[in-house]
Amino acid sequence: MEGIVFDIKRFAVHDGPGIRTTIFLKGCPLNCSWCHNPESKDCRITEVSKHYKVGDVETIKSVRIGIKYQVKKLIDEITKDIMLMEESGGGLTFSGGEPLMQFDFLKEILMQMKETGIHTAVDTSGYVSENRINEIIPYTDLFLYDLKHYDNDKHIENTGVPLLPILKNLDIILKMNKHVWIRIPVIPGINDSDEDISGFLKILEKLSEKPEQINLLPYHNIAENKFKRLKINNKMKNIPGTDKKNLIPFKTKLEQSGFKVKIGG
Amino acid sequence: MNNRINKLRKESLNAVNRISSERALLVTEFYKSNKFRQLSVPMQRARAFEHILKHKYICINEGELIVGERGPTPKATPTYPEINIHSLKDLEILNSRKKVSFKVDDKTFKDFEDVIIPFWKGKSNREKVMSNMSEDWANAYNAGVFTEFQEQRAPGHTVAGNKIYKKGMLDFIKEINENINNLDFINDKQAFDKREQLSAMKVSAQALIMWAERHADKLDNLAKEENDKLRKSEIENLAKICRKIPAYAPETFHEALQHYWFIHLGVVTELNPWDSFNPGRLDQHLYPFYKTETENGSLTKEAAVELLQSFWIKFNNHPAPPKVGVTALESNTYTDFSLINVGGVKEDGSDASNEMTYVILDVIEEMRLLQPSSMVQLSKKNPNRLIDRAVKIVKTGYGQPSIFNTDAIIQEMLFQGKDIIDARNGGASGCIETGAFGKEAYFLTGYFNFSKILELTLNNGFDHRTNKQVGLKTGDVNKFNSYDEILAAYKKQIGYFVDIKIKGNNIIERIFSNNLPVPFLSLIIDDCITKGKDYNSGGAKYNTSYIQGVGTGTVTDGLSAIKYHVFEENNFSMKELLNALSNDFKGYDDIHFKLIYESPKYGNDDDRADAVLNDIFQVFYNAVNGKPNTRGGVHRINFLPTTSHIYFGMVCGALPDGKKAGKPVSEGISPVQGADKNGPSAVIRSASKIDHLRTGGTLLNQKFTPDFFDDDESIKKVSSLVRTYFRADGHHIQFNVVSADTLRKAKKNPEQYRDLIVRVAGYSDYFNDLSEELQDEIIGRTEQFK
Repeated sequence: MEGIVFDIKRFAVHDGPGIRTTIFLKGCPLNCSWCHNPESKDCRITEVSKHYKVGDVETIKSVRIGIKYQVKKLIDEITKDIMLMEESGGGLTFSGGEPLMQFDFLKEILMQMKETGIHTAVDTSGYVSENRINEIIPYTDLFLYDLKHYDNDKHIENTGVPLLPILKNLDIILKMNKHVWIRIPVIPGINDSDEDISGFLKILEKLSEKPEQINLLPYHNIAENKFKRLKINNKMKNIPGTDKKNLIPFKTKLEQSGFKVKIGG
Repeated sequence: MNNRINKLRKESLNAVNRISSERALLVTEFYKSNKFRQLSVPMQRARAFEHILKHKYICINEGELIVGERGPTPKATPTYPEINIHSLKDLEILNSRKKVSFKVDDKTFKDFEDVIIPFWKGKSNREKVMSNMSEDWANAYNAGVFTEFQEQRAPGHTVAGNKIYKKGMLDFIKEINENINNLDFINDKQAFDKREQLSAMKVSAQALIMWAERHADKLDNLAKEENDKLRKSEIENLAKICRKIPAYAPETFHEALQHYWFIHLGVVTELNPWDSFNPGRLDQHLYPFYKTETENGSLTKEAAVELLQSFWIKFNNHPAPPKVGVTALESNTYTDFSLINVGGVKEDGSDASNEMTYVILDVIEEMRLLQPSSMVQLSKKNPNRLIDRAVKIVKTGYGQPSIFNTDAIIQEMLFQGKDIIDARNGGASGCIETGAFGKEAYFLTGYFNFSKILELTLNNGFDHRTNKQVGLKTGDVNKFNSYDEILAAYKKQIGYFVDIKIKGNNIIERIFSNNLPVPFLSLIIDDCITKGKDYNSGGAKYNTSYIQGVGTGTVTDGLSAIKYHVFEENNFSMKELLNALSNDFKGYDDIHFKLIYESPKYGNDDDRADAVLNDIFQVFYNAVNGKPNTRGGVHRINFLPTTSHIYFGMVCGALPDGKKAGKPVSEGISPVQGADKNGPSAVIRSASKIDHLRTGGTLLNQKFTPDFFDDDESIKKVSSLVRTYFRADGHHIQFNVVSADTLRKAKKNPEQYRDLIVRVAGYSDYFNDLSEELQDEIIGRTEQFK
């Protein structure tokens, strides 16, 4: 069995506890205007041109985005850092794209990881079928679960998909007493007003169980060059990144309601 | 820090580095008088040492709690004309160069011109060394294949053990007298030599006592003139200490520090040994004094901290003695590589960290001085508190302390056949050198330029820079059909140059043994007294000679690129590659691109490159390890560059890793600057594919951006990275926590970054004091966590 990997990041420190290897799988059903990894959206192998500098000489080369990996080869790659994972209380994180898009591949690796004792996390948008969520729950130690908006219409407007199935899947996971870190990307003008904070709080309080942690992710304006290279229209053009400090009121509000909150991943 | 320390620290930082002619004049005076002619060489050296200590100016700085200076004032730096002679031109350059200058006043110039240079010309050890080297040696040296440590400084590279805290000079004299009385002049052919060596050690021990008493006399006089009651009693107490130690063993914390300091100054006054001298496992040595006194109430923690801080300032007052034959551009360093060790294990193998360890770490953090250098020994038996505390200091961004793997160091020494107790009492000195403290004479003999040897291999042994056939004719590489053939040729060249180097070493060791014994240092290092043998002649319990491999990353990537592009993928021919190299890639952009971006590179946990790394390690190891030296020991390998990777890059043209002509090669076992793209975990995995346990130390540098240390968890994460590397037997790791952006700004506006300290390779230095090439090299290192 093989999957298409968009990137492998070793020494990842913001994708769950400890030091982790994060595998980015290609393909995503959402269409978020603030996406950092627009090249991961397409689930096929794609090509872009990349600029390289050797001294003063600039070379433009066509680069493939996405590498085919056999399950075994990817597991070899992950287990390279097993000692570091053990020392740091880290593990493996699947991210994307939406990692559940390559469901069989994902599940196979999670199952095999379980046997090695490596801690596993899945960073998901939650926009997948209930079956798929149910099937990976036994092999997933931690869910990094994105919540991008609290209002269904706004959710559709900004991500292209509805919120309701996402909330439903979240409840399924929480009811199984799984570790869940809810990740809210705080985007200027989209979900960062006082009203938005109250909106988020409302849906968070309605959840059947309290998530272990909530991460408020400040918006970084780092993908602008990528958009240019990929020739994709950048809806977030000229919007500056958010200072971590600006998220403190949001954090305080959630904490007052008894949630454990961290700014950043 | 309190007002006193603040004042002394500032004075030390502001003191002007200058050349003092005092020692050179005294030693000249001694050798000019004909008194020395009746004496054996060891006794000549001991009497010269005594002459210096009898007449040199006694410097006591206002307010200080530890006394004694190598020169007449802080940072007044002596020269050692027995070793080498500073010419007037050398002095002019030192006086006027912008970086790492030493001021030379008119009187000093005159002393050199009228007295020192005329007397010593033709008599210095450096001249003896150079005139005894073969033509092959000279060709290789001039081509930049290796450097020679012992041309400028005496072999030292050693560290004090714990016997000096249990014995005073009078105890040593007693042992010496017994040994002299027991000499067997009927059966022991060396009995006379031993008597001369032992007598010389005795004279040296007496000289140090005399010198301490001269301090006491001066302190007594100062006490009489002192109006401030508190200071008066301090001075009286200091005088009392100087009359007790170093004659007798120290009994208090204060006495222990002052005792070590007199011994330290004895070692660096006798000659100019490499890495000055070093108390080694300071927390272990001081803890018994600290514990007893804090328990009985005669010492508070604050007073201990103040004494340690005073001790730190003493090291900072002593820059490394400058070299001869310097150029205005060569920047060098003021750092003299005295490396304080804390942590590690006790001699029974248990966790050695204690209260003193953490007190010393506090001092390191607060003092923020270049000297002494500091390091933490981390064993699997040490608690996480130790490594976390160390990383917290590293985070403040001045490259200290560096972190060493105690368990690897012990195994390295066991592999070398050392006793396990000696191994546990040992550590690392200088930059990263493994040693049995108090018991080993481990000479570093020279940096060894792997990159140059690869270049010579590719050119059939011919050096285009010096226009000479420097290496063997190992064949035209255009006719080679495989990587194995290239590797075999490289192996032949390495073997050839290692043998030239070792032949030279074995001559130089004898020159030092015959002409420059070190009776004072011999007192301190076991078993010189027992054997009746000098430190420089094999008197130590263990005697090792090291050759330092440099450019590991550059050669690995170079050979890996040849293997991949020329022999596996046929992306270009050897001929095209050689043309690209000889044209410094001009007109060969595509080949240059492929070498840099499309070759398997060391530092990325890529087995294709790391297999090549293993090959070049084996080649070097097999060529050096186990070949005898003249002192009863053998040659071994270690991997550190200090700043030689800049010089070694300058003597090389373009290389197949993509390096352009004249640019630096890689340092230590760190990947080529910018080549490691998979993060720090891939770097440590690659680096741990070297068999560290068969070396005498390796050096790995990592650069982190300050952003990484945003939260407390990051400390734990770096600690676990270190633990992981050490679980895989990694010897040493050190961190620069500074962004390339800051470094670029500092280079542009040096005046705004006068206090910026960075890790170079095995030591820290002021960024402003580094040569431009070295500044650029550090900027070019990969930033983890960009």
